[in-house]
Amino acid sequence: MTYLYALASIGILTSSVANKQKTVKALKMAWGLFIKMLPMLLITLSMVSIILYFFPDDVIAKYLGTNDLLLGALFASLIGAISLLPGFITFPLCGLLREQGVSYTVLGAFTTSLMMVGIVTYPIEKKYFGAKLTIIRNLAAYTIALMVSAIIGIIYMEVQ
Amino acid sequence: MIKGNEHHTKKQSAKPMVVLLSFYAGYLVISKIMAFEPGIKMGDHLIFFAIDMFKLFPPAFVLVGLFMIWVNKETVEKFFGEASGIMGYVAAIALACTTLYPFVVVLPMGAALSKKGARLSIVLTYLGATAICRIPMTIFEASYLGIKFSMIRYAVSLPLIILSSVIIEKIVGKDYMATNHLLDLE
Repeated sequence: MTYLYALASIGILTSSVANKQKTVKALKMAWGLFIKMLPMLLITLSMVSIILYFFPDDVIAKYLGTNDLLLGALFASLIGAISLLPGFITFPLCGLLREQGVSYTVLGAFTTSLMMVGIVTYPIEKKYFGAKLTIIRNLAAYTIALMVSAIIGIIYMEVQ
Repeated sequence: MIKGNEHHTKKQSAKPMVVLLSFYAGYLVISKIMAFEPGIKMGDHLIFFAIDMFKLFPPAFVLVGLFMIWVNKETVEKFFGEASGIMGYVAAIALACTTLYPFVVVLPMGAALSKKGARLSIVLTYLGATAICRIPMTIFEASYLGIKFSMIRYAVSLPLIILSSVIIEKIVGKDYMATNHLLDLE
């Protein structure tokens, strides 16, 4: 986060030295983009807060801990697709699950679909890329998540 | 003419969202007052996630804004356009690896690339790659699940992302963004 702020500060500084008017225009543009996204964003965050109430961390852990590899991977990919967890929650959670004996196959399905598939961010993505492209892109991403999970399973020799 | 129409539909679509949000906000406030457990928990999650996301927003949007004003069409076309060939995908992945901001800010950035003449399949590669190969995130991931895990994930998903991007471009058509009026960002 600090890097991001540093980068943006350097950006603004360099930009203002080069051209003040352009900088003002860029900042106005940034503000405009933010305002345009705000209602959608608040809806998304509200949805996440509701979903997370019904599927808290420990429930997710219970579902992923199943002995059936295929079922576990499917569960994991679906939970990953519908949730929107920040990295600082996801990876410690995965580390914990790993210690509890959850397979790499299942963790691969979970992390990949979590990162690539965004059902709750659908309304925002649709705004920029249209419904058709958003749906196709997410379906493709989901397929990729399953493939990544399968290959991780093969390499770690969890899949027989 | 088209622009006017768009503004009209935007205003129409924003209203139900505001109503919905007001309802949810009302529910959260009432839950707090009545000590209604589920409502309080949802409220806590909402505040937690909102803070986590919003603190990244000022610099992230500023960077997108600077990009849109300073980087000209020719540069984007050169690196990410039709003529960039395979290097366009490499450039998109390189850009994705250095991404520091959340996915919701990656979206307008992708749209900005499109607007400046990047090829659709390359924009799609950028979107997909930001999800899986951010360097800061990967370091974090590797520390919990091992470097081998992250490396397999990269090696398997990156080629698949490029492949799927090319296929998706074929399905929706090269001019999808323009024909669906998705390039008007202001």
